[in-house]
Amino acid sequence: MKAPLAALALAALLTVTACGGGEAPAAKGPQPLRMSIWTSNEAHLKLFKEIAAEYRKFHPQVGEITFDPIPFENYTTTLTTQIAGGNAPDLAWILENSAPDFVGSGALVPLKSKVENAAELVPAATRLWERDGELYAYPFSTSPFGVFVNTDLVKAAGQKAPRELIKAGQWDWEHANEINKAVAAKGKNGLTILNFDYKAWDNLATVWQGWGAKAWSDDGGTCQFNAPEMVEAMTFMHKAIFTDKSMPGPGTAVDFFSGDTAMAVAQISRAAMLKDATFKWDLVPLPAGPKGEYAVIGQAGIGVLKKSPRAEQAADFLAYFTNSANSAKLAAYFPPARTSLLTADTMAKTSPMLNGDQLQKVVIDGIQKGVVKPSHKGQAELAQTARAALDPLWKPDADVKAVLDGVCAKIQPLLGG
Amino acid sequence: MTDLSNRVAERAATRPRHFWTIPRRDALVGYLLISPQLAGSVLFVLLPLGLVVYYSLQEWNVLAGTFEFVGGQNYAKLLADPNMGQVLTSTALFSIGLVVLNLALALTLAILLDQRLRGTTFFRTLFFSPVLVSLVAWTIVWQFLLQQDGGVNGLLGAAGVDGPNWLRGETTALLSVVVVQVVKNVGLNMVLFLAALQGVPRQLYEAAQLDGAGAWTRFLRITVPLISPTILLTSIITVVGSLQVFAQIAVLTQGGPGMSTTVLVYYLYQQAFQFRHLGYGATLSVLLFLIVAALTLLQWRLRRKWVFHES
Repeated sequence: MKAPLAALALAALLTVTACGGGEAPAAKGPQPLRMSIWTSNEAHLKLFKEIAAEYRKFHPQVGEITFDPIPFENYTTTLTTQIAGGNAPDLAWILENSAPDFVGSGALVPLKSKVENAAELVPAATRLWERDGELYAYPFSTSPFGVFVNTDLVKAAGQKAPRELIKAGQWDWEHANEINKAVAAKGKNGLTILNFDYKAWDNLATVWQGWGAKAWSDDGGTCQFNAPEMVEAMTFMHKAIFTDKSMPGPGTAVDFFSGDTAMAVAQISRAAMLKDATFKWDLVPLPAGPKGEYAVIGQAGIGVLKKSPRAEQAADFLAYFTNSANSAKLAAYFPPARTSLLTADTMAKTSPMLNGDQLQKVVIDGIQKGVVKPSHKGQAELAQTARAALDPLWKPDADVKAVLDGVCAKIQPLLGG
Repeated sequence: MTDLSNRVAERAATRPRHFWTIPRRDALVGYLLISPQLAGSVLFVLLPLGLVVYYSLQEWNVLAGTFEFVGGQNYAKLLADPNMGQVLTSTALFSIGLVVLNLALALTLAILLDQRLRGTTFFRTLFFSPVLVSLVAWTIVWQFLLQQDGGVNGLLGAAGVDGPNWLRGETTALLSVVVVQVVKNVGLNMVLFLAALQGVPRQLYEAAQLDGAGAWTRFLRITVPLISPTILLTSIITVVGSLQVFAQIAVLTQGGPGMSTTVLVYYLYQQAFQFRHLGYGATLSVLLFLIVAALTLLQWRLRRKWVFHES
């Protein structure tokens, strides 16, 4: 009776070891490469594939290069699950909020010597991806936030267009709020911050930066949520939401691109969604805050994972994918970090939906002076903890200072202080 | 006779002994028949279970690629975790709400639809149909219905009631997730109850009625005892299912507001996959397994007291 049982157990064990263990046989023939990306936009994928096809013409040892889109909402979670499961891609798009984790953990291959003309990369764009003078990911998309404006709705509410306010030197949050308040009074939506949805609070940096507020100190060790600047900024937002109703309240889904919303804080890649817009629109810089003009940028880098068995080849492909010529092509969708490409004329050729002034004021100036959205080691846990602690703020009778004190009490241990 | 039996014994002793006796052959056939299931259980149940326990003793940094034995550190962290009180409370409230609402509603619907009336087939289909709908699609639709200016508040507004911001209130958010889950899956338990009700002999009701038993007495003394095995089955399935709910939380509330809807499975997902604390996530999995096993065992033990018959 015991023999069959033992045989079955042995068979199971052999199956398991056959599945999981042992050295992979030596690779023969052209080796494929896989890059994880968050976009599934057809135009983006078409361009990526064209560049990959060009590369393969001169590199017959490289097999098919696939671009593996992962939904944005769970992008980093899925990517790290792939890595944990032994299915890591060769190259991966990395969002700014997980940059400190990827760069700091040593998961990426050094790239400085590989990148073509790395000296021309804008320092503000590379800061997040560097450690000890080495570059660990190419700053692929450095995209400043701007304000998309539905000028039809603004006009219908009897308000001055933001562009007029810019000329008059009055484009600030107070004036923007007055416009949105007037639009909301007419039954439409005022201002929405895309992707915020009362959860992704790091997008609020596009507002609080105007007050000079920060989530944490520059060294990352001290919570700054309850600093006076942040309290003022959050008080402004709370009033806009619950008193002025110039921002849609929590639990309300708003879509700027359908035409019912006066303004949306977003990155320029969203301009593609306005291709068939039935309303007149404009793109202007973020309004000035009490501390003056400012810019906030979102970033994505592309890195080569050390775990890739083809890391050397992957780094070589990345160098080709992001060389000056290809960066110029990619600039149509992803603002480049190369100074040679950061001119309104060059960018106007690749971004036909935006005019020279919009590109200069929002994109080029934004990249030069922009501050990257908050990012920290262990950002996912920090973001979740802060989200839960911030939730009481999104009620009409919230005590702003008390809530922000609560945020600091919760996140300070995670900051390491 | 003695000579004969001695001769038989001698022959048997001199005959070569075969290994493959009939009982052994029967046993082999039996093992071969169950071997696919057995292999599946070993590979996909026992092995992962063992691996989870193994991982719970490690600190695994996915990005750095380090894997370090930390012994009981993750279990110590579990005991000291300041969020566990809230997480276990949310889990208990969610499970109790879901189990009570689901079983009560399923049984009520089954009793109503067990009547021989026109339209019962239509209503049976109607109540069962959400079971067939994709869970994520179902939840996304409910997200729109439950938003501040969504369909639910639109209906309440038509009746002159100012509805709350369902997914943003700590109590209403948990209630909303429970209701969304109940409406989605109540049809399954309803069908099981319906099948059980149709197996209750009608003559028992007639005899009880002749003896003067009212409807409530007939329900308590005849229906409940005779469908008690189904009540046991549905309660085990629903309790286990309630402890494993994830997609609804992920889509509707992401554990908020605050941590009011952060149930154990969602917390486990956050720790393991979002925060990349895979060792601690495995420890939470062990806790979840122990809770599910304990509750199932408890129900199984208690069945002796209230399950009327078993086959």
